[in-house]
Amino acid sequence: MFLRDATTCLLLLAAASFFLAGLVGLLRFPDVFCRLHALTKADNLGLGLVCIALIIQADSWHGAVRLLLTWFLVLVSGATIAHLIARKALQQGQTPWRNR
Amino acid sequence: MTLLFGHLIDLLLAVSLTVLAWRLLATSDLFKATVLFIAFGLLMALAWVRLDAPDLALAEAVIGAGITGVLLLTALRHLDSGARVARMSGRSGRRSLRVLLPALGIMPALLVLLCLSSPHIRSTAGLTASVIERLDQIGTDHPVTAVLLDFRAYDTLLETAVLLLAVVAVWSLHPVRPIFSPEPISPAQRGLLRLLLPVLIMTSLYLLWRGSHAPGGAFQAGALLAAGLLLLLLSEQRLPGRWSGMFLRLLLAGGFMIFLLVAAGALVGTGTLLDYPGGGASWLLLSIEAALSLSIAALLATAVIGGRPSDRSTEFPPRRKDPAGEEG
Amino acid sequence: MNDLSVYAAAGILLFFIGLYALFFRRQLLRKILAANVMGSGVFLIFIGLVKQPGQSTDPVPQAMVLTGIIVTLCFTAAAIALAIRLKELNEEHHSATRPEDDFG
Repeated sequence: MFLRDATTCLLLLAAASFFLAGLVGLLRFPDVFCRLHALTKADNLGLGLVCIALIIQADSWHGAVRLLLTWFLVLVSGATIAHLIARKALQQGQTPWRNR
Repeated sequence: MTLLFGHLIDLLLAVSLTVLAWRLLATSDLFKATVLFIAFGLLMALAWVRLDAPDLALAEAVIGAGITGVLLLTALRHLDSGARVARMSGRSGRRSLRVLLPALGIMPALLVLLCLSSPHIRSTAGLTASVIERLDQIGTDHPVTAVLLDFRAYDTLLETAVLLLAVVAVWSLHPVRPIFSPEPISPAQRGLLRLLLPVLIMTSLYLLWRGSHAPGGAFQAGALLAAGLLLLLLSEQRLPGRWSGMFLRLLLAGGFMIFLLVAAGALVGTGTLLDYPGGGASWLLLSIEAALSLSIAALLATAVIGGRPSDRSTEFPPRRKDPAGEEG
Repeated sequence: MNDLSVYAAAGILLFFIGLYALFFRRQLLRKILAANVMGSGVFLIFIGLVKQPGQSTDPVPQAMVLTGIIVTLCFTAAAIALAIRLKELNEEHHSATRPEDDFG
């Protein structure tokens, strides 16, 4: 019982640190492409950790399946939206930032 | 311990909501205000979860964050006049007044809270017990659905009429404006559409069915379906012209008409408006809800499109070929 | 103080912030956003005040707030259509809008 709660707490803290990393990337990166990259990767992974943490706490298997489905949907839609934003940015003429 | 964290989360959420609302109304960039408003809608959905109102959380997430977001973004395209120069609102002079007035709002807040923390407000039982004890006479097990479709069915009938009237108002203002359609759309977007659309339809049906015994119902299902329709619109799928005439109008008015027919039938049958025969069998409520959600989906999508269909030969909404002046 | 009435407090603040923005911001779209925020504040007050920590939420205010959310979307759509039409009509009749008119 305690092990289950402790694992959940650890996973949630890890997820929070991933979200924080994504947030820092959103605020500090120099370019829309870098920001998209940081945000999408960190947020998807953070959400995955949250889902795993909650699956450990779930009472029934279909609750766990619902959590996994949520993560999958967010993964797919997040990736597609990041792609669409980057595509639009390229079409508008923004060039990726280079470290000179 | 968990109680303390619960209080902390509530406090954090309430403060975030207030700060977010202030920021979104104070920023000078309209696009930023719109994006912040979508985030505000999501936080509101979280607040409804904390307040143990899952129906409201579902509705707020779909409507407040989703559909209103699309509506505002399309409005931004029309209203934000070309130059994205950040224009402050007028009255640049009275800064002290601008700072003072929100501070004056805290006073009523504290006053109201002070008198409301008196015990006699807390001790009223509310209507939960009365609803629950009459629940077995109705065809649903979920109290909110029972209130919406039976105890306060008149409100729901009129609410559907308000939705219809909103679309009539939008349609009476202007014919539908052409929407610039970039060809081709990204294959990733097409793939996402292929994945999401069946999921949305299934989830909408599930919510509709679920409303009879758990949080869900016609409005959430209809709004989710409307989100699917908007997704189709954003992926450059349009309603063929021959369907934008009588079929569309029947779809829009159908939910309200069916609800009204049932109400009138009950009036003829038992002498009281909306006095369902047999107290409201579950199949009757479910069929009303099904018609309602189809109509609501069509109504919300047409409200976002923003203009009446011109004639039966063009698509709805029509395409505009030239990208001149398009900011995307 | 009930631990959930912090939402009611937030609702009151939201209402007043929205009210202020409704009066003192020039841009129509911002006024529409302010009206939405005011509506959300009222809904929070509705549910935040009646929520008792132990029991399930009263279904009648929930149904009313659900109706309110839908009606908020309705008037937002109608208001946006009006604002767009207003801007178009203004552009038809003047070659340039006056600087203090702002239909954005």
